[in-house]
Amino acid sequence: MEVLAAILLAALALRVVIGEVMGGTPVLQSWTTVFVSIAVQAVPFVVLGTLLSAAITVFVPPSFFAKALPRHPVLAVPVAGAAGAVLPGCECASVPVAGALVRRGVTPAAALAFLLSAPAINPVVLVSTGVAFGGDLKMVGARLAASLVTAVLMGWLWLRLGKEDWLRLPRGHEHHEGGKFAGFLAAARHDMTQAGGFLAIGALTAATLNVTVPPEWLRAVADNPVLSVLALAGLAVILSICSEADAFVAASLTEFSWTAKLAFLVVGPMIDIKLFAMQIGSFGRQFAFRFAPATFVVAVLVSVAVGALLW
Amino acid sequence: MVRKATHSVILLLVGGALLKISIDGTYVRYVKEGMLPLLYVAGGVLVTVAVLSLVAVYRGKREESHEHEHSFDAAWLLLLPLLAVLLVAPPALGGFSAARSGSALGTAPEKAEFPPLPAGDPVRLSVLDYASRSVFDSGKTLGDRRLKLSGFLMTAPDGGLYLARMRITCCAADGRPVKVGLTGQVPGGLKADQWVEVTGKYSTRSGKDQINDETIPYFQVETLTQIAAPKKPYES
Repeated sequence: MEVLAAILLAALALRVVIGEVMGGTPVLQSWTTVFVSIAVQAVPFVVLGTLLSAAITVFVPPSFFAKALPRHPVLAVPVAGAAGAVLPGCECASVPVAGALVRRGVTPAAALAFLLSAPAINPVVLVSTGVAFGGDLKMVGARLAASLVTAVLMGWLWLRLGKEDWLRLPRGHEHHEGGKFAGFLAAARHDMTQAGGFLAIGALTAATLNVTVPPEWLRAVADNPVLSVLALAGLAVILSICSEADAFVAASLTEFSWTAKLAFLVVGPMIDIKLFAMQIGSFGRQFAFRFAPATFVVAVLVSVAVGALLW
Repeated sequence: MVRKATHSVILLLVGGALLKISIDGTYVRYVKEGMLPLLYVAGGVLVTVAVLSLVAVYRGKREESHEHEHSFDAAWLLLLPLLAVLLVAPPALGGFSAARSGSALGTAPEKAEFPPLPAGDPVRLSVLDYASRSVFDSGKTLGDRRLKLSGFLMTAPDGGLYLARMRITCCAADGRPVKVGLTGQVPGGLKADQWVEVTGKYSTRSGKDQINDETIPYFQVETLTQIAAPKKPYES
């Protein structure tokens, strides 16, 4: 508490100096704007996601999910993946919700399929994709198919190769002396501070790359069919923009192939710097360092396959 | 217990900061206008959770806590965006970002039919609307009408001036510029990043953005006035 007060007072004292330095440096100014923007954009979704997650943790009994999902994990994965279509939010909301699902006994493979598909295939995202591409339904269909396939493949991959002890989940909060409401409050506060803190790291990194990676790099690879896909997939990881907006950015990357744009739209909601930081926070480092690169590879391969079929 | 109180204070400050930028309107520098209700809800929830927690601490209610298990407490990192908002209050994106991306008109609408211009002389158009009508419709609906645009100035690669405006969809991280070249009665001595209002007419001249090969339409300037940066800096 004293440390908090000291930090705030020191920052207030330095306010003038900070203002002077920022005012004279456009890079720093843009960096701060992008950093604050990602945070301000994401916080409402994190807050809603953590409320939902806390509500699931405290009020929904594990038996509910046991009944709602097919008993066999191999079948539960596609059902959970398709269920992602009902959470109309950005990716920031799905991380805490997926964490709560695992805590409530949902098989991790199914929860992970949900984590990946929810931000990519919900109606809000699909509609904005259609709008961004001027009513071109091909891109909407390609995005839906490639995202769903990637999510399900990742779920099955987890069933085959995943180990439960890679997951480091925070313990449940259900045993509170103060009753359910106190438990809800504690779970919400815990998730908000932790998810919020990791979101801040992600926003910081994304903003740094956003203003420092030279735009010429993209231009240089746009004509190469292989590199252009990897470049836009990498750009999606770096930019960390929310899945409701990424189609508009993709549509403005006019110099790239359709497959490359599709890779951008499939990779972005599933794995980016901001999400990676949040996954470390919610599931632990052991998990995130394996799951994130695997997601990237599978998402790129599936996008290329779908792109080859369509274009 | 101490940690619970500290976390609550941090959440209170973050919620307060969200409410502050919502109330004073500076949130439009960072996110789209439609986010306002969500910002109020999120700010309200954060403040409520924080206050209820603080009340519980004050009453000395015991709460079986698992929170000291983490050796690393991510909550402190929330102070970074908080301090950035409260102390730096960063301005809207401008020329620096616009110079880094290609002009973003998007894909041409399937049926390139633009409605006729509204009445008025001059007619106020957004930079995006002007650029779309120029590029996708060869300026047919612009004709010989007097038009008024506003945006900030950028130095073009050929040494001339672009009038630019950032577009955002969700937040400034997805911001991308729309650029219109200025030709005609452009006064000298103008600096990049200055906001201006120009009146004039459609020009048949066009150029290419070197970053993404997108067409940059031109605008025939009759008058140019320097203005203050507007409250709502982005187009969508």
